[in-house]
Amino acid sequence: MKKSYLADWTFGKIALASTLLVIVILAMLFFVLYRESSPSIHTFGIWNFITSTVWNPPMEKFGGAPAIFGTIVSTVIAILIAVPVAIGIAIFLTEISPHFLRTPVGVAVELLAAIPSIIYGMWGLFYFAPFMRDKVQPIIHATFGKIPVVGEWFAGYTPGIGLLTASVVLSIMILPFTAAIARDSFNMVPNILKESAYALGATKWDVMKDVVIPYAKLGVIGGIILSLGRALGETMAVTFVMGNQPVIPHSLLEPATSITVTLANEFTEADTDLYLSSLFYLALILFVMSFLVIAIGKFVFLKKVER
Amino acid sequence: MAYVIEIEEKPKISVRNLNFYYGTKHALKNISFNVPEKRITALIGPSGCGKTTLLRCFNRIHDLYPGNRYEGKILLDGENILEKDYDLIRLRSRVGMVFQKPTAFPMSIFDNVAYGLKLKGIKNKSELEDRVEKALKDAALWDEVKDRLKDPASGLSGGQQQRLCIARAIAVEPEVLLFDEPTSALDPISTGKIEELVVSFRDRLTIIIVTHNMQQAARVSDYTAFMYLGELIEFNKTEELFIKPKEKLTEDYITGRFG
Repeated sequence: MKKSYLADWTFGKIALASTLLVIVILAMLFFVLYRESSPSIHTFGIWNFITSTVWNPPMEKFGGAPAIFGTIVSTVIAILIAVPVAIGIAIFLTEISPHFLRTPVGVAVELLAAIPSIIYGMWGLFYFAPFMRDKVQPIIHATFGKIPVVGEWFAGYTPGIGLLTASVVLSIMILPFTAAIARDSFNMVPNILKESAYALGATKWDVMKDVVIPYAKLGVIGGIILSLGRALGETMAVTFVMGNQPVIPHSLLEPATSITVTLANEFTEADTDLYLSSLFYLALILFVMSFLVIAIGKFVFLKKVER
Repeated sequence: MAYVIEIEEKPKISVRNLNFYYGTKHALKNISFNVPEKRITALIGPSGCGKTTLLRCFNRIHDLYPGNRYEGKILLDGENILEKDYDLIRLRSRVGMVFQKPTAFPMSIFDNVAYGLKLKGIKNKSELEDRVEKALKDAALWDEVKDRLKDPASGLSGGQQQRLCIARAIAVEPEVLLFDEPTSALDPISTGKIEELVVSFRDRLTIIIVTHNMQQAARVSDYTAFMYLGELIEFNKTEELFIKPKEKLTEDYITGRFG
């Protein structure tokens, strides 16, 4: 009796310590980022750093706007491309595909998520960027480029490396993850609910649109936000194809930068304390952005799904 | 070996040498009987006897899953609904179904009842309103929900949701209504209300109800079919079956010796 009580107590404390460790690591990460970036925060301020577009290491002038802009825009475009395709994959896998195909295709989608991101980056640089330059760019010029006002975003001739290319590579990278989450949400819809729609004379499309998607909506949105978090922090896949130009580009075809790209490229070159500190400042901003996005996804949307 | 009587009423559904397989599992074995029009027929038997499997043949909901196979015939007004190219959408608008658990869709009370009507292509707003009101009244739910038709159906109690599902099923005016243990998830008061509803539809619709509750079968039905291990053991008028069962197995089951 006594012995088992002791074992219970010990086990409980070990579990508690493991949990606390995670929280301590999180707090320490934040603390280190804050401490290292504080010279830059004192020099440039918060609002000024976020809005300043000048990133000039020799002059010791650092503004985060180009990197923040690139991070947000590439993530948003990646999500806009990936989400419809991912939902299409999920619908196919849960409702349309013949049953004997569901498992192999589902596994293939999951394997795609397991490919290291640097492989996407290499593929993007050596194959996809030239393809964008030779095949896609002329089409974009001829279509979107002709639209008044918006056309400017699609102008310019580039070697295929830039914001749009990075966004597409990023979208391919997050696609399997988004598709897997959407599929799991669709699979949570009880069979009996789908059956009762079919029993009223609904077609597959009716059941999808009126029952499965509304029922699984919150789970899918939560999944999209988690993908957003992944896309924000993705480094290797975009570093190769973003172009590493610390400017806010006029066109999506032009080279740009993002927070992760700046960090990956410039840490080795940071020769002054303020330069290094500004890189830490960018890392802190990315940390806060990812944290907020994932917190919203988890606590606002996935919380409601559990209920 | 099975004892199956000839019904006096006009048959609405005729089951002819029906066999059903889940993959290689032979779930229904050579079943033949007639379901009378505008009467209530109960399917009873111990768990796993095939009563729900049989019920799900009548609207071919089995077709949603791979590997399910029918042999034999089910004639609805003389038409074999098991034909390969039979129009399932049309079949399901003629043969409605209510499930074991309430299955309100994630939409408003009104939209739940209007759903089947919209699938049938009815778009006229006042016609939809009239038919939803009529269905809710028929399902004895109107007074409880008339002031909150726009609220999500998920806010209703279990018993109310089940009556909502009944309203949804009868709104499209089916000829046959299938009930698959409709009260198994409900309390006794809600169960009583559902039973009253089933009886109230007796002269309008052909009803087939699966129940694990023998008293319920005895209370509501005109005819009862007793099934055991995928076979139809006895089909008779309900009174006869419960008072003077012809088969030894039926007698053992209704006297509680197994099941």
